[in-house]
Amino acid sequence: MTAFGAALPRRAGALVRRAAARPQGFAARSALALLLVLLVAPFLPVVVWSVTRAWFYPAIVPQTLDLSAWTSVFSATSGVPAALGRSVLIALSATGLAMLFGVPAGRALALHRFPGRRLVEVLVLAPLVVPPLAVAMGLHAVFLKIGLAGTVPGVVLAHIIPTLPYVILVSASVFSAFDTGLEDQARSLGATPSQVLRHVTVPLLAPGLAVAALFAFLVSWSQYGLTLLVGSGRVPTMPLILMQFVTAGRQDVAGAIAVLTVLPGVLALVLSARILAAAAARERTTS
Amino acid sequence: MPASIRLALMLLPAVVVLGGLFLGGLVLAIIRTVGIVPFAGRFDPTLEPWTRALQEPDLLLSILVTLWVAAASTLIATALGVGAALLLHRAGGGRLVTLLVQFNLTVPHVVTAVGMAWLLGQSGVLARLAHGAGAIDRPGDFPALVNDPWFVADIVAYVAKEVPFVAVVALAMLAAVGSAPAITARCLGATPLQAFRHVTWPLIRPGILAAATVVFAFVLGTYEVPAVLGPSHPKALPVLAYQMFTSNDIADRPAAIVVSLLMAAVGVVCLVAVRRLMRGISGLEVVR
Repeated sequence: MTAFGAALPRRAGALVRRAAARPQGFAARSALALLLVLLVAPFLPVVVWSVTRAWFYPAIVPQTLDLSAWTSVFSATSGVPAALGRSVLIALSATGLAMLFGVPAGRALALHRFPGRRLVEVLVLAPLVVPPLAVAMGLHAVFLKIGLAGTVPGVVLAHIIPTLPYVILVSASVFSAFDTGLEDQARSLGATPSQVLRHVTVPLLAPGLAVAALFAFLVSWSQYGLTLLVGSGRVPTMPLILMQFVTAGRQDVAGAIAVLTVLPGVLALVLSARILAAAAARERTTS
Repeated sequence: MPASIRLALMLLPAVVVLGGLFLGGLVLAIIRTVGIVPFAGRFDPTLEPWTRALQEPDLLLSILVTLWVAAASTLIATALGVGAALLLHRAGGGRLVTLLVQFNLTVPHVVTAVGMAWLLGQSGVLARLAHGAGAIDRPGDFPALVNDPWFVADIVAYVAKEVPFVAVVALAMLAAVGSAPAITARCLGATPLQAFRHVTWPLIRPGILAAATVVFAFVLGTYEVPAVLGPSHPKALPVLAYQMFTSNDIADRPAAIVVSLLMAAVGVVCLVAVRRLMRGISGLEVVR
């Protein structure tokens, strides 16, 4: 969904930061404060519920604090540790496959003109705009037939549909800023193709591609409808198990699961900020 | 290796995977609604799923509410997102805003939806604050915003999730345009509003409209947010389609696919629109 957001994280991030450093008027300040409230408000009850079991109307603060949600979240019987591992495994696998298929395609789209290019672009954009439900329902019969429905590998395959376009778009934007002349120079200085790849291409592109991988991971991590349909409800990932506990009326456990579900996003932000800062620092010292 | 073969090898895996999974799934979905299931060896052409789906009593109402939610969420999120981007671009709000905008982009929709239910429900945080202020007595006195026929909490959840997305796109567009055109207009006597309306906005419009189209199509096809926050009657289309797909009557399955194809059709129209809009956006043109 965040196609352009994903394609432009580096630039936009720097921009937001630069813009954010300047002073401002009262009206602008209050408008931004309101926006902040909208962005933060949904997480307040989530965090509060994760540390209490007694927080009933009309209490504004919980009656008692209780960390039992966290002990049950980390006990095997709740199914949460298994769901956490499953989510990580699915997101890592989908990301790995999407990178494997997507990075070369991103390079081709960024650096080459070829017949049928239009069609490839449409095919890449389509999964971002066409709702996945119909596609998943179409795949369902085939997946049932070949034993992939209701399995982790089946869900991984399905997650490639939304993650691959992100990887292609982000890596295309990375490659379009890449000087292929550097590869030619290395080749003319006697490097073999694999040496060029190891010592020139990968080090130069690693930061941008790492960010592409982080985004792909988050896209897979957030999937709900696809996992539900292709997994036939038998592959409970973190988003699915969160909903199960909400439906069961266990707000405390659901709150703790929601906090855990948000964490990879925070980690990804920190990581991508680090990666991009390190890349910028290296660029400064080498140029 | 000849260049053309190298190029084909670079493109082929992605094209085969997306073509097989996405296009393949779509084609299989379409032919299944007319009675053809190749992998089960079934071939009895029929239009029964279509008549069954179109006879679904709530279908029209579901289409209307889904379009309402998508239109309202897109309009509000786009307006707020562009506004926030303009404020951040000119004025700024510190590292905190930056961090929260970026953080919000990474949060799964289901978490935002659950948080909204606990925030806006009749015994939620807002209702408690209203009680504390003496405005209401019992939970029932608080207006029904969750599972309500107008999908209020549903729309608010989408707005909270999509404002950062629109803002990030708008900031990138504003940066690509630069402040020179607006400053020139101001020097020639335009008011700030005129400079925005006649100079800056036309320049950033294609990117913003493309982002809005993506938001619209996304809201149209998302299951988990209306599943948590929408009413049981009328249902949002993805919820209706999923429930028909998993109903006990196996004959409902192809009809469920018809319902989800209706959404996909709107998505295809959106795709054409996005392609049109993205043409000519310099930042997104990938070929040098």
